[in-house]
Amino acid sequence: MTPVRKVEGRAYPWGAKNIDTDVIIPAHWLKTISRAGLGKGAFETVRANPDNIFDDPRYAGAPILIAGDNFGCGSSREHAAWALMDMGIQAIIAPSYSDIFSGNAVKNGIVPVVLPQDAIDRLVEVAKTDEVTVDLETMTVTTPFQDRFEFSIDPFRRQCLMEGLDEVGLTLARDTAISKYESAVSSERPWLSRERDYAGLAVESAGRT
Amino acid sequence: MTARPQTLYEKIWNAHVVERRDDGTYLIYIDRHLVHEVTSPQAFEGLRAAGRAVRRPDLTLAVPDHNLPTTPRVDAAGHAIPIADPESANQLETLRHNVAEFGVPYIDALAAAQGIVHVVGPEQGFTLPGTTLVCGDSHTSAHGALGALAFGIGTSEVEHVLATQTLLLQQSKTMEVRVDGNLGFGVSAKDVVLAIIGRIGAAGGTGYVIEYTGDTIRNLSVEGRLTVANMSIEGGARAGLIAPDDTTFAYLKGRPMAPAGEEWEKAVAWWRTLPSDAQAVYDATVRLSASDIAPSLTWGTSPEDVVPITGRVPDPDSFADPSKRVAAQKSLDYMGLTPGTAMQDVGVDQVFIGSCTNSRIEDLRAAASVANGRHVADGVRALVVPGSGLVKRQAEAEGLDSIFISAGFEWREPGCSMCLAMNPDKVPAGQRCASTSNRNFVGRQGPGARTHLLSPAMAAAAAVTGRLTDVRELMGDRQ
Repeated sequence: MTPVRKVEGRAYPWGAKNIDTDVIIPAHWLKTISRAGLGKGAFETVRANPDNIFDDPRYAGAPILIAGDNFGCGSSREHAAWALMDMGIQAIIAPSYSDIFSGNAVKNGIVPVVLPQDAIDRLVEVAKTDEVTVDLETMTVTTPFQDRFEFSIDPFRRQCLMEGLDEVGLTLARDTAISKYESAVSSERPWLSRERDYAGLAVESAGRT
Repeated sequence: MTARPQTLYEKIWNAHVVERRDDGTYLIYIDRHLVHEVTSPQAFEGLRAAGRAVRRPDLTLAVPDHNLPTTPRVDAAGHAIPIADPESANQLETLRHNVAEFGVPYIDALAAAQGIVHVVGPEQGFTLPGTTLVCGDSHTSAHGALGALAFGIGTSEVEHVLATQTLLLQQSKTMEVRVDGNLGFGVSAKDVVLAIIGRIGAAGGTGYVIEYTGDTIRNLSVEGRLTVANMSIEGGARAGLIAPDDTTFAYLKGRPMAPAGEEWEKAVAWWRTLPSDAQAVYDATVRLSASDIAPSLTWGTSPEDVVPITGRVPDPDSFADPSKRVAAQKSLDYMGLTPGTAMQDVGVDQVFIGSCTNSRIEDLRAAASVANGRHVADGVRALVVPGSGLVKRQAEAEGLDSIFISAGFEWREPGCSMCLAMNPDKVPAGQRCASTSNRNFVGRQGPGARTHLLSPAMAAAAAVTGRLTDVRELMGDRQ
């Protein structure tokens, strides 16, 4: 993952609430086995309207998206984060996110900034004409008009974003602790392991409804 | 020393801490991992690219469901019928290839046990109380019905679990949703969860794990509990728990992947220690009375847009919050509804009985009892999609398939189907669907599709009358 410290540029001044992941990327795009190329399906149903914000030349290629409450609700599909990434989004500013989406965003180097609604209202106004800056180092969002909004973000998420950490690699380095946990559990809760029943691939067991 | 009283969530959480990082993030062990074809290809690809293995294939179970067509899978001679859409076929083939390469247990599309991942887990006894269970699907919250801490994860997390059998997580807040009292005539688990979401809102549970308590919940069957926990995510909560009890144990005993013999006894003894302590404190509590819950449905494009079937399409001006007013107007425009219209005067074009919310045997029984001796209204297309091959087989043994077929419903093969319109089962643009699924989002059941979420009995009632209908009027002499 590419480290991200600062995102600056134009921002889509959207502000819409309860944007679900079916809106970000409709299910028929999920047949892919790759992470790439999903930008062309991003906001497909919104873009069906000719006056939509995403095809407005003023915001073409904007790296920031300003949205309303509960952004990314619904499905766990990480395709939503991949689609945003593919259309060039590196930061989102909203009052709240669904828990699954904000995690997916961070894992793809997209900064999910949380700011209160009045800050969102102000940024939507500014973004219509001017650029916005998201700075992870100072944890601020600023504008050319002296606006300065501070935000907080989970320290581990911030570190992952700023250092572009490989979480799987990080956890694999804790292998000893994981093995120790597993051996403790195998005596405390022996029914959890299925190693004994693990007889190969095809599961034929049927049973009842 | 007296231990601090703990909630069910805290007990499960504490039993799964591998270690706590200095920044407050926890490394949490994952006991069960369900995998399907749509959110796993990129995770396996990540493992392959980094030369990593699956740490615990025995704790992993893969089954195709989302993308699989629900038309017949074998021809008269018993040969598999190829999948027409090349992208879907490729994704399903990729899953087969990946499970073989990484040694992951797999239920094939043609196996009797195949079905929707959240129907299969409990049915096989793969889902157990007190476990941590994840899947790359937000409706994983369903497994909380058995007292498992179960939640949906993204594909990067799927890869993380495959490689390490753990996740890096922050602890959630806890919300108790307490429902007490007897459910009224014609009121089901689906109506209960719709009422809950209508109350807390689509983002009300964000940052929380819900625990459903109260005698209404306790009196639900495991099937009904699965319906409730399934829709936790529609209220914003990543997970929803119901304490394991004798109903849970009776459901699980003897299932193929559940513990047996001495281990079963040990497991039950531990499971009995899990319910929240009497003095445990939740970060938030919401109370509902079962007697206030009517057969319900959604009118808009968010699962929080809930109204009793006896109600009317709301007037956007009736909302105090100006942003809600705008959202309601947009929803009504999309849904093609006029404020003040009685919900029962709204006609339907499609009916979908299925999905991980409502495709279990009890759901099909409830729908069949309404469909029995009646016929799908002219111009309405009605689909019944069982949640698994086992549900289908059981329903056929009980003759439910013939009730549906003679009433003019289509009887299909198991899968996610019209819930998310990923396979060929879609609602055409502008058409209105009475659906037992979980999401009424814009475009969810197909571009331009209009969805009303409701219970299986209410869906069957809509199918036979051709309009949204108070199922109680059709149940007069049937209960």
